Amino acid sequence: MMTPLLSISGLSAISLRERGAPILRDVSLSLARGEVRGLVGESGAGKSTIAKALLGILPGTVKVTAGEIRFEGRDLLTMPQKDFRAIMGSDIALIPQDPQTALNPGRRIEAQLTDGLRLRRGMDAKNARERALSLLAEVHIRDPERVLKAYPHELSGGMRQRIMIASAFSLEPKLVVADEPTTALDVTVQKQILRLIRGMQEAHGTAVIFVTHDLGVVAKICDTVTLLYGGKVIEAGPTAAVLSHPRHAYTRALIAAGPRYDRPDAGLEPVPQAVFDQLQAELAMPFSSEMNHG
Amino acid sequence: MTSLSLLNRLAMALITLFGVAVIVFVLLRVVPGDPVAMMISPGASEADIAALRAHYGLDASLSVQFAVWMKAILSGDFGTSISLHRDVLELLAERLPATLELAGAALVFAVMLGLFIAVFATLTSRTRLAPLVDTLNGLFLAVPDFIWALALVLVFGVLMPVFPLSGRINPDVQEGFHTQFFLLESLLTLRFSSLVDISMHMIMPVLALGLPLASIITKVLKQALAEAMVQDYILLARLKGMSRLRLVLQEALRNAIGPTIALTGVQFTFLIGGTVIVERIFAYPGIGNMAIDAVINRDLPLIQGLVLVFGAMFILVNLASDALVAWFNPRMEG
Repeated sequence: MMTPLLSISGLSAISLRERGAPILRDVSLSLARGEVRGLVGESGAGKSTIAKALLGILPGTVKVTAGEIRFEGRDLLTMPQKDFRAIMGSDIALIPQDPQTALNPGRRIEAQLTDGLRLRRGMDAKNARERALSLLAEVHIRDPERVLKAYPHELSGGMRQRIMIASAFSLEPKLVVADEPTTALDVTVQKQILRLIRGMQEAHGTAVIFVTHDLGVVAKICDTVTLLYGGKVIEAGPTAAVLSHPRHAYTRALIAAGPRYDRPDAGLEPVPQAVFDQLQAELAMPFSSEMNHG
Repeated sequence: MTSLSLLNRLAMALITLFGVAVIVFVLLRVVPGDPVAMMISPGASEADIAALRAHYGLDASLSVQFAVWMKAILSGDFGTSISLHRDVLELLAERLPATLELAGAALVFAVMLGLFIAVFATLTSRTRLAPLVDTLNGLFLAVPDFIWALALVLVFGVLMPVFPLSGRINPDVQEGFHTQFFLLESLLTLRFSSLVDISMHMIMPVLALGLPLASIITKVLKQALAEAMVQDYILLARLKGMSRLRLVLQEALRNAIGPTIALTGVQFTFLIGGTVIVERIFAYPGIGNMAIDAVINRDLPLIQGLVLVFGAMFILVNLASDALVAWFNPRMEG
């Protein structure tokens, strides 16, 4: 088997603010080239922490206590700063959660979209502009010339997220981290954005880590899924298998809790208290081997 | 700003100025202190006093006096100074440039220093220098302009006399100026001898006026930069490989500068107010210094003219800072 593009093993982290409360507990996952993996969990499950650790943007209040994050075989956590900075943005890019705050309100789109091309690829302004135009066309923006001249506030949320996607793919990264990229958007736009990310990913052969709390989103675009609770991997595997044959009671409860579009009158099923009790009991036994289903 | 809102603002400014005129006029006439008593020698007869009152129109009712004064001002007649026996407008034209240059220089100094320290503090925010910068700036914030003025006089005027203690320019180099804007004129005509002399005279008052403003700018801009630096767009720019200096100057500063300019505008009006006392301390021949003499002498026409000029300056500064804020914020265009 080929070495995976990304392999996280035994990653543990604690919160310095909450007297060392564990945030990640022995998390392991791996990602092949071109694979789309969903990182799913409710808030506080640790999915964002994994993404941040990977991008090297953990807040000062979180400390990694064990584990490694190997990207193309090299540990991102221990490599020299200089090497890390060369990889970040170039080989690993981020699609942020909120396109409102992810674009600088004081700069035109052209400047922001061509920063990476000029700084990282040494393109001159004219070439960078050409590339930006073709990127905008690729994310289905109809009037790229006008958009390049615009300030962020002149564009809709969906447009801005398309620009963020264009920006993330602009340097042909090997891995894109998408941090809940549709939660801040209108429901009607969400679907288009999901399709767009999947389309870009397929066209460029990019691997994607898709952070979300929505199993429905995972079902739509992820090849594989890792489900987290309380900083621990609860279940992992190919999306179809996990969703059709969940092994853990929590996964089953989550699937049942999702809205049923075929039966809108059915109402939502809350996750039963017994499942939470079981989860708490499992979290209380650190590093138990029974937990590693995937 | 669109032309319509500009017109609006100008109309508002005129109304404000009229309000200032009313208030200063009424205030000056209800506070104790009789200008006639200041002018006339003790022991003058009642008739003499009444005659003098009539001469200056001080015997008419308040509303009539105001109407007469307003009418005169609108025709460009600010009256004659009671204590200096000269045309008020002439006096203002002579002294205002000195104050404008002083305040302008203090503003430029404060903005440059504040900008530099705020950017420096942001770049070093995670180092051991950070608390030092904060503490020093807190100290500077607490010291008002006149304390600076007195301390500077003590240190650089008395203990180590490196700067001239008073005045605006050495009389030897004062010859040959076409305007009262000595500093500007020397700069534009490259008269280095007078430029050096004027700068030496200005350093201490500029420091006294500018240091408090600089520390306020530092505090506000540093705060605004800190807020900008945690935004997602900074994070993404950092991932794109930008250096920290570039992040601060290119990404954060533009968004942080708006609130800073708005506040600098307000604070600059305080600085202009501060020229009154600072000019006094350094015997600097501006309108601030003149204002104190005018008040001491109950020189009503001069006080009124001075207050109107100060009022107009405040209003213009506010207009200018609003325009600058709008210019820096693309969201406020059109």
